[in-house]
Amino acid sequence: MAVLKQEQKINLTTKKQHPRLRSMKDFYRKLKRNKAALVGGYLILFLTIVSLIGPYFLSNGINDVDYTARLQPPSAEYWLGTDQHGRDIFSRIIYGGQITLIVGFLSVALGGIVGVAIGIASGYYGGKIDTVIMRLMDILLAFPGILLALAIVSILGPDIVNVIYAVAIYSIPSFARIARGSTLSVKKLEYIDAVRGIGAGDFRILVRHVLPNVISPLIVQATLSIATAILTASGLSFLGLGAQPPSPEWGAMLNDGRGYMHDAGHIALFPGLAIVIAVLAFNLFGDGIRDALDPKSK
Amino acid sequence: MMLKFIVRRLLQLVPVLIGVTFLVFIMLHITPGDPAEVLAGEGATVETIENINERLGLNEPLHQQYLSFLSNAVQFDFGTSWRTGREVSSEIAPRFFVTLELAIYSTILSVFLGVIAGVISAVRRYSLTDVTIMLVALFGLSMPNFWLGLMLMQWFAVKLDWLPATGWGSGSQVILPVIALGTAGAAIIARMTRSSMLEIISQDYIRTARAKGVTEKVVIYRHALRNAMIPVVTVVGLQFGYLLGGAVLTETVFAINGLGRLVVDRIASRDFPVIQASILVIASLFVFVNVLVDISYRILNKRIDLD
Amino acid sequence: MDHDSILKINDLKTYFKIDDQKVVKAVDGVSFEVPKGKTLGIVGESGSGKSITALSILQLLDEPGEIVGGEILFNGDNLIEKSIPEMRKIRGNQISMIFQEPMTSLNPVHTIGNQISETIDIHQKLSRTESKKKTIELLELVGIPSPEKRIKQYPFELSGGMRQRVMIAIALASNPELLIADEPTTALDVTIQAQILELIKDLQDQLGMSVMLITHDLGVVAETCDYVAVMYAGKVVEYSDVETLFEDPKHPYTVGLLNSLPRHDIKQEELTPIDGMVPSPFEMPVGCRFAPRCPHATDLCREKLPSLWELNKDQEVRCWIYTEEWDGDQEVKVSDSLNLA
Repeated sequence: MAVLKQEQKINLTTKKQHPRLRSMKDFYRKLKRNKAALVGGYLILFLTIVSLIGPYFLSNGINDVDYTARLQPPSAEYWLGTDQHGRDIFSRIIYGGQITLIVGFLSVALGGIVGVAIGIASGYYGGKIDTVIMRLMDILLAFPGILLALAIVSILGPDIVNVIYAVAIYSIPSFARIARGSTLSVKKLEYIDAVRGIGAGDFRILVRHVLPNVISPLIVQATLSIATAILTASGLSFLGLGAQPPSPEWGAMLNDGRGYMHDAGHIALFPGLAIVIAVLAFNLFGDGIRDALDPKSK
Repeated sequence: MMLKFIVRRLLQLVPVLIGVTFLVFIMLHITPGDPAEVLAGEGATVETIENINERLGLNEPLHQQYLSFLSNAVQFDFGTSWRTGREVSSEIAPRFFVTLELAIYSTILSVFLGVIAGVISAVRRYSLTDVTIMLVALFGLSMPNFWLGLMLMQWFAVKLDWLPATGWGSGSQVILPVIALGTAGAAIIARMTRSSMLEIISQDYIRTARAKGVTEKVVIYRHALRNAMIPVVTVVGLQFGYLLGGAVLTETVFAINGLGRLVVDRIASRDFPVIQASILVIASLFVFVNVLVDISYRILNKRIDLD
Repeated sequence: MDHDSILKINDLKTYFKIDDQKVVKAVDGVSFEVPKGKTLGIVGESGSGKSITALSILQLLDEPGEIVGGEILFNGDNLIEKSIPEMRKIRGNQISMIFQEPMTSLNPVHTIGNQISETIDIHQKLSRTESKKKTIELLELVGIPSPEKRIKQYPFELSGGMRQRVMIAIALASNPELLIADEPTTALDVTIQAQILELIKDLQDQLGMSVMLITHDLGVVAETCDYVAVMYAGKVVEYSDVETLFEDPKHPYTVGLLNSLPRHDIKQEELTPIDGMVPSPFEMPVGCRFAPRCPHATDLCREKLPSLWELNKDQEVRCWIYTEEWDGDQEVKVSDSLNLA
């Protein structure tokens, strides 16, 4: 009994000094025990490092055309073979990784920031603003899957930068909904009233007190959104509406090479595998942090 | 009570559909460049452009244009294609049914596979079977459907020559595209079914069933599965929408003359009436399906909800 | 004790293995018996292991719970040795169980009628019409008005009390020899509680079954039970017939429970809660598990675990005070600390 009481005392003091430290530590502990999260995290790290520094170690450029070495199968010289123009597929995939990651991160960051701002404002102010904003989100959500991105690209024109905008807009509603939901539950807490009582303004309350409390479901959403963003962006490029040839974007590579699939299967195999690995990494990591953040898990 | 809910839910559709039509309508106007110039082609005279503007009513005030767009759209009149000059509705109608078929078959496949896999996984929780199914599901939902389509085509059409590589219509032509499009959905439904089953299995009434002396099979299929399917129904509705959207890619891979492929083709030639009509039709269908799912969810859930 | 017992539990151990180091010994050497045709009450605070004991009898434990030792003799047959198919023939047939939460214990997607007839169909070879007739009879038996209408209804259309009646009907479908009722009234309104207890009592008289009633409420025990087993931290600490327990409780924990119970039959000075808390399952005391909270505890109590001694024909107690080894006040009379005026 005495032991127990002492322990409680210790907990109380640490809690007072570092209000969020305990839960962060707990989060890391759970995250480290979650194999899926670990594998996903390391894969993301690996992909990032390889696509950032990889290009410095490559002897074959992305657009080194060599018509004497067309459609070569994988070999010591061309690890993943060559395409119809004799370009080294391995080098192109490494460079393409940069595009994929940049598009994934940027579009989700953009969509996330806008979506979260909209969602928090909507949940915090409530009333008419809330109704109008959420109806707008419903309208955006009415365009299923890739269709909204397709519509946006058809307006802006086929280009990888426009794909970023398209995917960003497309991911706004899900962020807005989550941020709104969490804001509503935080708003009910007493301490928000207390903060308002000491004269804090709305903006300050939103940024300092509401945002930190809604951050964890948003992190999960962001990670999983990157996976979807990569799929959508590569899909648009595959349709010829995103990155344009000779860009080594993975979807564009698939589009570019699929006419030669019959003669050289590796042309369509490897860029697709690269997409699968990247998407899988973010899905694994997202699943893992969701489990780790779930208060029901041990 | 239920009728009131259904009416209210249908009424909620009105603002959403107005918003959707407006967004689709405005597409043409926020596009960089003057639509009439695009339509007239390069080197057209000022008179030609002016004529086009007049003919398409592009000189009218925006709200006027929207109202006529809306009233025409309600009557399925989307004007004529800028590229072929044919009536848009007759151009998209046959394409639409191909896409609808593709999406419906893929939904059926994903529900069928997903539910079976999810139940097996839940029943054998933490076993090798469970881990394997969940890993496969994770891969399934991480795979771009167009790439899966290419791989299936390469193996089963090109290398093995078992199935046709392209087209739509005959039974054998349907198989590969449906697998390509339905796999991700199956993966999502399998994950959903598993977690839903696990939650239901820990419910009190499952213990009651066991206390009656029923076999484990009856516990799973009669007592757990029906309850576990309720949340899965909502996912199926969403999934159907994603498949409608995803069909764009599958149709491109398998050279299927569906609505999605039509949109992609016409984006290049900026054939806005066709693009607008196609997107509007798919979005409206999706919205309707979701309301239907919502209502059926409500009916299924009635027994639990009204506690 | 030599009763003609329908159920006899000897040294039952049910453990929950949390991980390699942590094991929760939820039921740790429990022994008691349910005399034929009588009602045994199992009393204890939540976490004392009473529900786990009940679930162990029918082998309905959730993962990772596991029976690791002991005997459960039902009509002399050891249930622990039964295979799963054999257990299924006993569940709902010879031994039935009703649960604490009538609101969640019925399946929301099946009609009341189907849920009752399911049990009939498993254990009895009856035609559809006979099965339906029996279902209606059962609903009448448990006092549900207009049963013909009710069988077509879903659980959400019934109140908590009605649902518990349906649960009882399900339990009685195959005329069980033993009914296990796990806190059947805890979730119900006070007025409904009395009705349900009355119903169980009536049915027992009518059908001649034995009942094992799990409760944390000594008031319920006083009204319905013939015998009582008091459980504390995974062990039975006192077993006796109900009159003896209320008049001459032997275990300090029983006395504590009685003192915290409002009674209207006698005048009490005050209600006294028992000091301290139930020990954590991970830090069980080495000696008597009640020693940290016991006003009479000595070094012996804190160091050595007492066994369940048979004091006389109708009373067993797990306490050092009643043994030769007792090192405390020889004159101590535990029941003196009962708060009676």
